Amino acid sequence: MKILVAVKRVVDHNVRIRVRPDGSGVETNGVRMSMNPFCKHAVEAAVQLAEAGKADEIVVVSIGPKASNDVILTALAMGAHRGILIETDAALETLAIAKLLAKVVDEEQPDLVLLGKQAVDDDSNHVGQMLAALTDRPQATFASEIKLNGSELEVTREVDYGRETIGLPLPAIITADLRLNTPRNAALPMVMKARSKPLAVRPAAELGIDLAPRLVVENVSPPPERVAGRTVASVSELAAIIVADVNEMEAI
Amino acid sequence: MSVLVLAELDGEVLSPATARIVAAATQLGPVDLLVSGPQAVAESASGLSGVARVILAPATALAEGMVDLLASLAPGYDYLVASASTTGKDVMPRLAARLDIQPVTDIVAIEGPNRFTRPIYAGNALETVTDGQARHVLTFRASAFRPAAGGNAAPIETREATIASAARFIAAHRTESDIPDLATAQIVVGGGVSVGSAEGFRLIEALGKSLGAAIGATRAAVDAGYAPNDWQVGQTGKIIAPDLYIAIGISGALQHLAGIQGAKKIVAINTDAEAPIVKIADVALIGDLFEIVPQLTAELEKAGLKR
Ligand SMILES: Cc1cc2nc3c(=O)[nH]c(=O)nc-3n(C[C@H](O)[C@H](O)[C@H](O)COP(=O)(O)OP(=O)(O)OC[C@H]3O[C@@H](n4cnc5c(N)ncnc54)[C@H](O)[C@@H]3O)c2cc1C
Repeated sequence: MKILVAVKRVVDHNVRIRVRPDGSGVETNGVRMSMNPFCKHAVEAAVQLAEAGKADEIVVVSIGPKASNDVILTALAMGAHRGILIETDAALETLAIAKLLAKVVDEEQPDLVLLGKQAVDDDSNHVGQMLAALTDRPQATFASEIKLNGSELEVTREVDYGRETIGLPLPAIITADLRLNTPRNAALPMVMKARSKPLAVRPAAELGIDLAPRLVVENVSPPPERVAGRTVASVSELAAIIVADVNEMEAI
Repeated sequence: MSVLVLAELDGEVLSPATARIVAAATQLGPVDLLVSGPQAVAESASGLSGVARVILAPATALAEGMVDLLASLAPGYDYLVASASTTGKDVMPRLAARLDIQPVTDIVAIEGPNRFTRPIYAGNALETVTDGQARHVLTFRASAFRPAAGGNAAPIETREATIASAARFIAAHRTESDIPDLATAQIVVGGGVSVGSAEGFRLIEALGKSLGAAIGATRAAVDAGYAPNDWQVGQTGKIIAPDLYIAIGISGALQHLAGIQGAKKIVAINTDAEAPIVKIADVALIGDLFEIVPQLTAELEKAGLKR
């Protein structure tokens, strides 16, 4: 089985972001960047399938500026075999990303595509589903468990009411949730080895896809700020406040 | 400007989120409601104020079939709308790509017929976009909108359709409970990893019961196996907007705060006066949850809240 994994370079999830005062967006200059956490779970899932002898090649692809080489190297150090960077400095919408990935799927013909369920910058949660539509493949989003039974993948998904299990014939698309696995930290020798693995760089414009945005971002603003209220000294005091609040609540 | 809303089911009943999505969608135009499920759900859906027509179609459990159904209806509508629930997230981007539309999802405010506001970066920024496309694929965050009233009796039309899907449904693992729906509850009591065990969560549940509240948990508590995953509140769990959120032994990591930004009032119970959640809570009580929670439950029960 051949697996394609898509990874995104984003502002590190531990960084407290700042909205630019002119409302043009979020400050990303000089901010620590890293692989989107959900993408890391997707890479780990692919590597585990390879280690179990169920996958023979893992290709990792990222779309973004030259610096996205970092996150491809991270994935190669975790155990992926080769990388592709679709290079662009433009901020692409999810539909354009999905179209570029569909082109890569068309060229590479993977049996399985693994992606993170969402990116922690735009929080969109679109790309896997869109890629599934564009390549006409079945999808399983929010995966927390993947098993390969012959030629069928059995995927457990985290849904609003609990969990559900579905069967997917290959080729298929899966998006990873956090409880799928615990991503490894690559050991130093693997990091060194990653540098010698093949990494192809291709300008996004070369893929012949219309990347023009469909939406206009008018403004980005910080959410209303919350400030500390008061500290109470006893349980009775807290209970009295809660009782008063609840009695005041308007029933919906 | 006509709107097609995908009704959401919670098992065999209409989910409480649907009334909120319908109320929001009526700001855009007359609303048709698609119910892919049993007749009884279509009947309760037809009661929602603002619904012009209910379209009843065969039940589908998987995204592919639902997208086929929506795509077949799409030509008649300017807006295709669903809740930003796990179903809406599964279905609407796939539909959008099929129709060559860039969707706008997780909308918390409708600023105009094609202007919408949505949170980004775990709610640490709000982005307002104008969608100039001819047709719009949207999801709304249910907790950001008030529910539609009842009392309507919209006509129900049945649509024949054969639904096919390459994927196959194997099993549902439903968390059974009689506590209120977390995503739309008016009061939520949440517990963190410091609750220590699944048994420890009974303390949280008992407090919740005295208030008629829904129960939430942090990711750390879910990962530790103390609470089911559908209780997770946060950036990647459920987004809630209750009138009152009581956070017990929860540090207030930004991914958790992302889920409670819409809460009107936050009460924090924590041993650490420096915990991030204490810094934003309206009321805080510093101390050990194992002492405080049973006492608080007893006092609230004594007060006999009528809910
Ligand atoms: C990509 C990503 C997505 C995430 N998504 C989510 C999400 O959706 N939801 C979410 O919740 N988290 C999410 N997280 C995890 C998040 O960053 C935090 O790790 C998590 O919220 C911490 O949970 P906690 O407050 O239970 O635990 P901790 O941070 O360990 O805090 C425990 C708290 O309990 C207090 N405490 C300890 N003992 C007691 C006691 N006896 N009585 C009272 N208080 C006590 C401590 O003072 C502390 O404040 C995500 C993380 C990542 C990387």
